Amino acid sequence: MLKELVLTIARALVDYPDDVDVKEEEIDGIIVLTLYVHEEDIGKVIGKKGRVASAIRNVLTAASRNQGKVRLNIAD
Amino acid sequence: MKTISVTGKTVEEALNQGLTELQATREQVDYVEIQTPKKGFLNFFSKPAILEITMKPDPVGEAERFLADVLRCMDVNLDIHAFDTEEKKARLEMNGEDVGMVIGKRGQTLESLQYLTNLAANRHSDQYRRIELDAENYRERRAKTLEQLAYRLAEKAKRTNRRVVLEPMQANERKKIHQTLQTDTAVDTLSDGKEPRRHVVIKPKET
Repeated sequence: MLKELVLTIARALVDYPDDVDVKEEEIDGIIVLTLYVHEEDIGKVIGKKGRVASAIRNVLTAASRNQGKVRLNIAD
Repeated sequence: MKTISVTGKTVEEALNQGLTELQATREQVDYVEIQTPKKGFLNFFSKPAILEITMKPDPVGEAERFLADVLRCMDVNLDIHAFDTEEKKARLEMNGEDVGMVIGKRGQTLESLQYLTNLAANRHSDQYRRIELDAENYRERRAKTLEQLAYRLAEKAKRTNRRVVLEPMQANERKKIHQTLQTDTAVDTLSDGKEPRRHVVIKPKET
C-alpha cells in the first residue's frame, strides 16, 4: 500500500510515468522505500529545496500510522 | 496529454467518432483538421476528413482523480467534493470520519497534500489553476482558532508588558496572526527564526 502510494504520487508529477518504480525493503524494522524515476524527472520529485520530496514524505508518514517507521530514498 | 487521430466522411462525423473514442464531450476537446474532406465524384477522388483530437487540460478533474487515488492508497475513506466556480481557483473538500489523518499535526499533512495536488493538477495546463484543499472545514476552524489565540496573547503581552513568543507556524498562519493584530495599537507583531521554526512574536509597543 505504501509502495503504491509513492508510485501514484510520483507518476502524477513526472514526464515519464512509465519509468517510475519503487523498491520496498525492511531494514532493522524500518520500511525503506526507494523511488526510481527517469533521470530527467529527478528534479520533479525532489523540487526546489526538496519541497516536493518533503511533501511526499509527509503524506507517506501520515499513511504509515500503523505500520511503523518508514523512510523514503530517492535514487539518483 | 491524450491525442488521437480519426477519419470520417465529414468533419462532424470524424469529430463525433473521436468523442466516442475518448468518451468526452465537445467542450472537453480541441481539434485540428489534418485533411479537409473532399466529396469527389461517385466515391472516386473523394478524400475523408482527418482530424487530430486532443483532450483539453482539465486541472480540477486531474486534481480530483489524483486526490482520490492518493486517499485510496492511504487507506482512508473520504468523500471528495469539488467546487469549481472561480476562474483561477477551485476547492476540493474532503469529508468523512478519517479526516484527522489527512489534516495531520497543525495541518501539515493537508498542506503537503494540497501542494502535491496542485503540481499534479497543473502539470499539463498552461494556465495555472490554484486548487485549495480542505477537510471538514478545517481551514475556517483553524482561522478562528488563530484569531482567538492572537487576541488572547496580545492581551497577555499588554498585561505583563513583555513579549510573547508563539509556536512555529506556517507562513499563511503567521500572516493570519499579523493581520488580526494589525489594528491593535498597543502591540507590534513580527516573525522571527528560520523555517521550519519561524514563529510570530507579539510585543507591547513602547510608550
